[in-house]
Amino acid sequence: MKRLHLERLANPQLLALVAVLLINWLLFPNFFRITWQDGRLFGSVIDVLNRGAPVAILAIGMTAVIATKGVDLSVGAIMAVCGAVAATMVVAGYPTPVAVIAALAVGLACGLWNGFLVAVLDIQPIVATLVLMVAGRGIAQLITEGYIVTFNDPALIFIGTGSFLGFPMAAVIALVLMLLVTLLVRRTAIGLFIQAIGVNRAAASLAGIHSRMLLVLVYALSGFCAAIAGIIVAADIRGADANNSGLWLELDAILAVVIGGTSLLGGKFSIPLAVVGALIIQAMNTGILVSGFPPEFNLIVKAGMIILILMLQSPLVGTVMGFFKRDTRQAAPK
Amino acid sequence: MTIISKLAIAASLATALTSVSIAQENLQGLTVGFSQIGSESGWRAAETSVTKQQAEALGVDLKFADAQQKQENQIKAIRGFIAQGVDAILVAPVVATGWDDVLAEAKEAEIPVLLLDRGVDAPDDLYLTAVMSDQILEGRVAGDWLVGEVGDADCRVVELQGTVGSTPAIDRKAGFEQAIAGHDNITIVRSQTGDFTRAKGKEVMEGFIKAENGGADICAVYAHNDDMAVGAIQAIKDAGLKPGTDIKVASIDGVPDIFAAMAAGEANATVELTPDMAGPAFAALSTYLADGTEPEKLIITESKLYTPADDPQGEYDRRKDLGY
Repeated sequence: MKRLHLERLANPQLLALVAVLLINWLLFPNFFRITWQDGRLFGSVIDVLNRGAPVAILAIGMTAVIATKGVDLSVGAIMAVCGAVAATMVVAGYPTPVAVIAALAVGLACGLWNGFLVAVLDIQPIVATLVLMVAGRGIAQLITEGYIVTFNDPALIFIGTGSFLGFPMAAVIALVLMLLVTLLVRRTAIGLFIQAIGVNRAAASLAGIHSRMLLVLVYALSGFCAAIAGIIVAADIRGADANNSGLWLELDAILAVVIGGTSLLGGKFSIPLAVVGALIIQAMNTGILVSGFPPEFNLIVKAGMIILILMLQSPLVGTVMGFFKRDTRQAAPK
Repeated sequence: MTIISKLAIAASLATALTSVSIAQENLQGLTVGFSQIGSESGWRAAETSVTKQQAEALGVDLKFADAQQKQENQIKAIRGFIAQGVDAILVAPVVATGWDDVLAEAKEAEIPVLLLDRGVDAPDDLYLTAVMSDQILEGRVAGDWLVGEVGDADCRVVELQGTVGSTPAIDRKAGFEQAIAGHDNITIVRSQTGDFTRAKGKEVMEGFIKAENGGADICAVYAHNDDMAVGAIQAIKDAGLKPGTDIKVASIDGVPDIFAAMAAGEANATVELTPDMAGPAFAALSTYLADGTEPEKLIITESKLYTPADDPQGEYDRRKDLGY
């Protein structure tokens, strides 16, 4: 039992996260320094949690979508739309809860639309979600009328910059969402159903799974997650920036899922590991910021690290690692 | 108060944002076509509103065409203007190349073409003039302000760059560096890209603050645009420091929100990228039509410095409805 536990901890994602954090620490010795300030924790590691939260939240929904052999390219644009909805509504004088619920509902509706295209009209996911990826930003600009809509509503701002027990609100929301969705898919059969659709949708349907219904729900979840991320990002800068909110984050989310070990071909998936993937990406971003590299190197450094992490997960490396593991096991019982 | 800020006050008193000189009466009743790129940014929306205001004040009938970021739409619009026989054409070109044919058609029809805020790769006899800002100068004005502001005191500056490789980022960086060259007390200690956005500006500034002893070692932040500065101001506040006092904030563009921050004492300087490219263009057109004087091929707009002494609240009110 104990050995199994250790092996689970030694998975490549957590090792990669530890490695990236250690590299950051070598480049910037104060990386792990955390202080208490104005009733909350303050430090680079906290920044990783806080800044990584939006991508982590996107990755939660994206994992479920990718597990069904789909992909959701529209999450970045949905973020922009939902941020715009929340911001314009509080500016128009609606109470914060109404604005937030409306934004979440819009995100859900966007997700349902994607699900409808994919599950009912049988359009390939990459094409179906491309529609909203392109149109969504236009919709967001229509809502904001091209302005950056700024607001001073304390309750809405709290979602982006507040803290709970000293931890940034965004990170707390991501953690709670991760636990809820993980429980939902692991403590019920839904996770298995999603996996079954990803492996073979026709066979899953024949086996009695309502694959159409489930697909719609999976895309709806992704849209809902994108809405939460969009509200957080808008609340963080106290404004809805339709042009830039969530721009290219769909790619970061997909990357986080892939780093988390979920195959783009669907099937087996892990939501917590996708969240770890998001943290790895953010740890690299934050590391680059505090290390003082010139910005021209940002993308090269990131690409190099990602290639390394993906190589660690490749089947070939897995075989080699497995070989060593067997060796240690044989040597262990003394 | 420094000499520079005194000069800035004098300059701001001398010229209001959308002042129109009365001397251009010969433009009254003319029809001018305006091919705008599209609505890519708040600044561009402001440029469109200011151009319309200028035309209205001059009694010019402005035909407006939005190209939605496509050159073929702009060429179509210009051909349309030529067919309608307008008296002049304003173009904000979306790209630099591919204009020779349509500009030659306009020249043949004897319609002067004036370029706004971007240049083209075409022989310069095909257009009357180009009105542009000097982005190196913008950086230099911001740098000169900082040099005057800190005097002989040591100042460690962090820089929020625009999108890596973009012309404004390269030029605004170069201009600032020119200004602080020779002042060894001012050094850029960290420089990273914030992609011209608020969110990235805030994130990068958070990183800088952690890396520079909780922000205690940072004397000033220089942002290549106001939006990143607005993000940085929030990051400074979140770190328990006072933007504008503990860390000075200088940036470029002159969007309404930076004036709001300045009015609250949280920003120290911004260099305006004026949305009024049409004013100098109309002035050049007026002189040209009056006596055939060819203007300079390149008209550089003023890069004006604004500090808290320049009535930031008033500047905010004046700009907030321009479409930024």
